Amino acid sequence: MVKLYIPRDTTACSLGADKVAAAVQRLINAQTLPLEIVRNGSRGLYWLEPLLEIESAKGRIAFGPITVDKVDDFMATRCWQGNTEHPACLGAVEEIPFLKNQQRLTFARVGVVDPLSIDDYIAHEGFKGLHAALAMPAQDIVRCVTESGLRGRGGAAFPTGIKWQTVLDTAADQKYIVCNADEGDSGTYSDRMLMESDPFCLIEGMLIAGLAVGADTGYIYLREEYPLARQILVEAIALARARGYLGPSVAASKHHFELVLRLGAGAYICGEETSMLESLEGRRGEVRPKPPLPAIAGLFGKPSVINNVISLASVPTILANGPQSYAAYGMDRSRGTLPFQLAGNIKHAGLVELAFGSTLRTLLEDFGGGTRTGKPMRAVQVGGPLGAYLPESQWDTLLDYEAFLAIGALLGHGGVVAFDASVDMREQARFSMEFCAIESCGKCTPCRIGSVRGVEVIDQIRNAAETPEMNAKIAQSIELLEELCDTMVDGSLCAMGGMTPFPVRSALKHFAADFKTST
Amino acid sequence: MSEAANPQSDFTQSVKRIVQAHAAQPGALLPILHAVQEAFGYVSSEALPIIALGLNLSRAEVHGVVSFYHHFRSSPPGRLTVQICRAESCQAMGSRTLQAHAKRSLGVDFNETTANGAVTLLPVYCLGNCACSPAIRVGDKVFGNVDADSFDAIVAELSADAVEVRKMSRGDTHG
Repeated sequence: MVKLYIPRDTTACSLGADKVAAAVQRLINAQTLPLEIVRNGSRGLYWLEPLLEIESAKGRIAFGPITVDKVDDFMATRCWQGNTEHPACLGAVEEIPFLKNQQRLTFARVGVVDPLSIDDYIAHEGFKGLHAALAMPAQDIVRCVTESGLRGRGGAAFPTGIKWQTVLDTAADQKYIVCNADEGDSGTYSDRMLMESDPFCLIEGMLIAGLAVGADTGYIYLREEYPLARQILVEAIALARARGYLGPSVAASKHHFELVLRLGAGAYICGEETSMLESLEGRRGEVRPKPPLPAIAGLFGKPSVINNVISLASVPTILANGPQSYAAYGMDRSRGTLPFQLAGNIKHAGLVELAFGSTLRTLLEDFGGGTRTGKPMRAVQVGGPLGAYLPESQWDTLLDYEAFLAIGALLGHGGVVAFDASVDMREQARFSMEFCAIESCGKCTPCRIGSVRGVEVIDQIRNAAETPEMNAKIAQSIELLEELCDTMVDGSLCAMGGMTPFPVRSALKHFAADFKTST
Repeated sequence: MSEAANPQSDFTQSVKRIVQAHAAQPGALLPILHAVQEAFGYVSSEALPIIALGLNLSRAEVHGVVSFYHHFRSSPPGRLTVQICRAESCQAMGSRTLQAHAKRSLGVDFNETTANGAVTLLPVYCLGNCACSPAIRVGDKVFGNVDADSFDAIVAELSADAVEVRKMSRGDTHG
């Protein structure tokens, strides 16, 4: 039997991969073809989805996009006999430049394996990191993570090793590992991809975290908007339990670890760690003031490691190959790789795992290939709804946490959303404030009230454009908006109110003309 | 009237069973609300005191949680829930136009249900499908690269499915 890979992740399915798989299966049955369909995750070359791969002596050969209307035509070429004549043939998948030019460490297995096969996982280095960790004292595991230079991939970029050290050093009868899978930033989907395409990697990362700090229970807080990730995680957790990787004796060791999957309920703010804890404890997702740090008093008041999906999923490779192998990638204090996600109006949208230190322009042009609409690219929002909009003059900024902070921007969770020349930046600024007003937890005034006033002031600017004395009025309103931004930055309890001014200010600064024209 | 024949009591018993099934776990309220909404389509005001009693909370606390989260609804939805992503990636690919089209085409605003009870239209902030924006979600199915025409086609096809399922579930007696 020759293996034919047809992806099953959300985006591939949103482009028809399930229908393609069903149509292919019908042909296999009708003609008794020597083919076995494997539903892998996605490689993240999303503009080519549904991307089919056929096993061959020369590695896996890719064909894409193969939509359901092209299935008959595609199957007629009998690609499993080595025929690569089909017009959608892309050659060896690993040789496609978009994939070949990446450094896939955390995403090494994504799109390669069947996400729900533990054997496939093990055959691709799976659980190697766990076995290494099982042979180490807790302190050595933490030291390994510290030395790798890994920083929180959820967006805040706090050193993961320091967080783990705090939890390890805090004596308690109960500790928790909490995985923040509330990936709410627009333009980001790396958590979803990892969970749908390589769920055991996340489970392994959480197991290692548990060994490192002495926690026997983990929670995954998954957003409700990811129904397929939920289904795959439920199955993966059950499979891991059945094979003894979860439960009273992890991988036949003396360690016990239980994993609980919890569902969010459509609140962006629950991606903020203390708000997420409130939600897990059964309350409104209102932000907690810090201190106490969650590492000392976190979930149910117990010391808790709270990490993003990608942070935890990066741990197995660090343990398996040593901290230096990871730290060898990157620049300055940004070590290792970040899975960037190209989104919005971009021709080659997809996942690009790269070592820190390239430029944003590399992502947009070399990988992204410019806009999808073909118009000139005008603005790029990096790091989700709280990230700045960058004009072309800033696209040579290095992909590095500190380099982005230096220009008033953030890398965040690595989402890159491109806009073409038709974008109205006043509307984008207004949306930032509106989004904050809708999603604010309401705990602190600058965020709750400030965002509502922000929308009003931008509306005043929009309306003032129709009157003769518009310039004076607009200048007044912009001054007011700047002051409001100051208040939100200085007075908000968390990043929601504290960083909503980032996109607003970047729009004011770099796209000032959009605030002066009438609509 | 026997207990079993009283629909009010059936409802109470079902909610109680859900509460009991989850109450032992720490932080049980969200899992309970999810289970109630899954069972009945929404979290009715009648369910609140039962949940509150089961978890030793005040009714106000439960109401506060239900109203905090966008996902939990207090009134029954249409047969189909259609979410349109409003977030930036989708905006960059025409989500604003798509939203306007959807509202016009269905004759409802966000968070409203069509008069025939077929479709509830909801905004959503990111489906993680940003590589093929704009995206929508219908039930648990996500669709990418959606424009006005494909929106109408998707909603029409799945609405027909929803009606079909209802007919089948009513069985032969009404057929």
